[in-house]
Amino acid sequence: MPVLDNQPEKNMEEELLKRFKNASEVEGAKDVSELDQEEIKRLKQTGIDLEAAKRIGTFIQTNCSVASCHCEIKGVEMLPVTEALKKYDGLKEYWWKILDPDKDAFTKEAEKNLDNGYFIRAHPGEKVVYPLQTCLYIRNDNVAQKVHNIVVAEEGSELHIITGCTTHPHMTSGLHIGVSEFYVKKGAKLVYTMVHNWAEDVYVRPRTAIVVEEGGTFLSNYISLKGVKSVQTFPTCTLKGKNAIARFNSVIVAPEGSDIDTGSRIILEAPETRAEIISRTISYGGRVMARGHLIGKAENIKAHLECQGLMLTERGIIHAVPELEAHVADVDMSHEAAVGRIAKEEIEYLMARGLDEEEATSTIVRGFLNVKIDGLPKELDHELQKAVEECRKGM
Amino acid sequence: MLHIEDLWVDVQGKEVLKGINIDIGKGETHCLFGKNGSGKTTLLMTIMGFDGYNVKHGKIIFKGEDITYMPLNERAKLGLGLSFQRPPTLRGVKLRDMLNLCSTTRGAGVELALQYGFANFLDREVNHGFSGGEIKKSELLQLMAQNPDLTLLDEPESGVDIENLNVIGDMIRKLLEKDKHRNRTKSGLIITHTGFILNYVTADKGHVMLNGKLCCQGNPIDIFEGIQKHGYEECAKCQF
Repeated sequence: MPVLDNQPEKNMEEELLKRFKNASEVEGAKDVSELDQEEIKRLKQTGIDLEAAKRIGTFIQTNCSVASCHCEIKGVEMLPVTEALKKYDGLKEYWWKILDPDKDAFTKEAEKNLDNGYFIRAHPGEKVVYPLQTCLYIRNDNVAQKVHNIVVAEEGSELHIITGCTTHPHMTSGLHIGVSEFYVKKGAKLVYTMVHNWAEDVYVRPRTAIVVEEGGTFLSNYISLKGVKSVQTFPTCTLKGKNAIARFNSVIVAPEGSDIDTGSRIILEAPETRAEIISRTISYGGRVMARGHLIGKAENIKAHLECQGLMLTERGIIHAVPELEAHVADVDMSHEAAVGRIAKEEIEYLMARGLDEEEATSTIVRGFLNVKIDGLPKELDHELQKAVEECRKGM
Repeated sequence: MLHIEDLWVDVQGKEVLKGINIDIGKGETHCLFGKNGSGKTTLLMTIMGFDGYNVKHGKIIFKGEDITYMPLNERAKLGLGLSFQRPPTLRGVKLRDMLNLCSTTRGAGVELALQYGFANFLDREVNHGFSGGEIKKSELLQLMAQNPDLTLLDEPESGVDIENLNVIGDMIRKLLEKDKHRNRTKSGLIITHTGFILNYVTADKGHVMLNGKLCCQGNPIDIFEGIQKHGYEECAKCQF
């Protein structure tokens, strides 16, 4: 299965892998009680709430150590992936099944030097409204964290996961390699919301694949509002069964010095499947690649792609690459993309109501980032908005 | 309230307003008639202070203050308000948020929306997919929340169906304190093509704009009837 396209930095791979220490060499927190107030605040800004009144479970990995792993709901299993591998005889059905470990240097590294990761499974028919939260936290400078996550939504189940990925508030450099394989079975629904809150010299290489069976739904929300050295990710979702649905929403802000190469690919293999990719990107001087690739391989499919980009400074690059690929005639596929500065008439409209230019601009930017995310329960939507609001504070 | 003296304005290097003089007193409502392209909208946009409307000569005095070169938002704060004829869509910004931003009294905008049967629109994006009439209502609600001393309305009746004209008229009357017969403090300048609005809002004076000049002023009903009978050019020749 394809993972990456147009990889810009083949030569950098070796260099990056050499530069950072193994997470196993630098012990992380073994319990959340070891985290100080600043760290707790940082997690909160990443969508992770340790008071967790509305979270049914929490998994926190700091460097290589698991600081928390518990779930209150019986029908949902959550384990550190290393334990799950032991308990379930190597997770043969799921482990490296939709991603190829030889795909690139990062997947190879994750296979060879795995730190940990999470295994989450919703049992058949188990529908959970409140989200589970998972956090991958790099706590020390110059650490390379390598995780491999498996999520399985069994037949007819419904699961919401918020994942926050972040670094210690006082550290600046690191490497995060995250391999994720998600399985959405017949009639199941998985809503996966990921908040990235990295630091200025952090390299991030998620490698994600998703398979959705008949009547299943996969909704992904990706939010990255803070500076990061480099992110490069291209999750691929295959709609294998009739009537399966996938939707990717992303909200990305690239401050100066950030290089964010993201996007997603959805392969519509079965008839009557639907797919949508919506991205909103803002450059404050950084570079964003906003990719989207829809591949229609079956009849009666419907797929739409939307890339909107806002340039807020004279520097920076937004490069939208929307791709549509039809393999049969009876498909309905479309895309729209628009990149530019904030329309002056919008700013003046608000100024005519008494707002100064700065207030007008931030109102428009807030609106632009306010991507309507369908399929979220009200509570979760509220939580998400809160997380976005927290992230925006430092913008 | 508003005093404009020998105002000359360029738009994109083209002379559009050529020596406008107008005085609008406290509590007065004036109507502005004129052909398309005669400069009516330019006058409103210049009074409000939009970019691209370059004052070459003359001055605009509002509430005793020279606002000729004052930034747009400061004019709004000083008490000028304008309803847009074709406002932009603000994606992701809900009408509720917009009304809260406009409100000079906390919560006033949202309250007004409920009062005028616009509750269903509060959580919609500003102007996104609004019909002509809905845009007008949304604009007037924002203005009412803003509570300006001088309201500038650009064809408030255009695109509004007959049923809604009543509501729009009612909202404008509120904005201009038409229910007060004494001590009225709110003033208005209304551009109208059809004159329909005169059935709903009484105006004190009418002006006719022709090629960037105000060439006639007087009783708005008489002027409007004159235009209907003889056309703008003829009307402009006549001296009341």
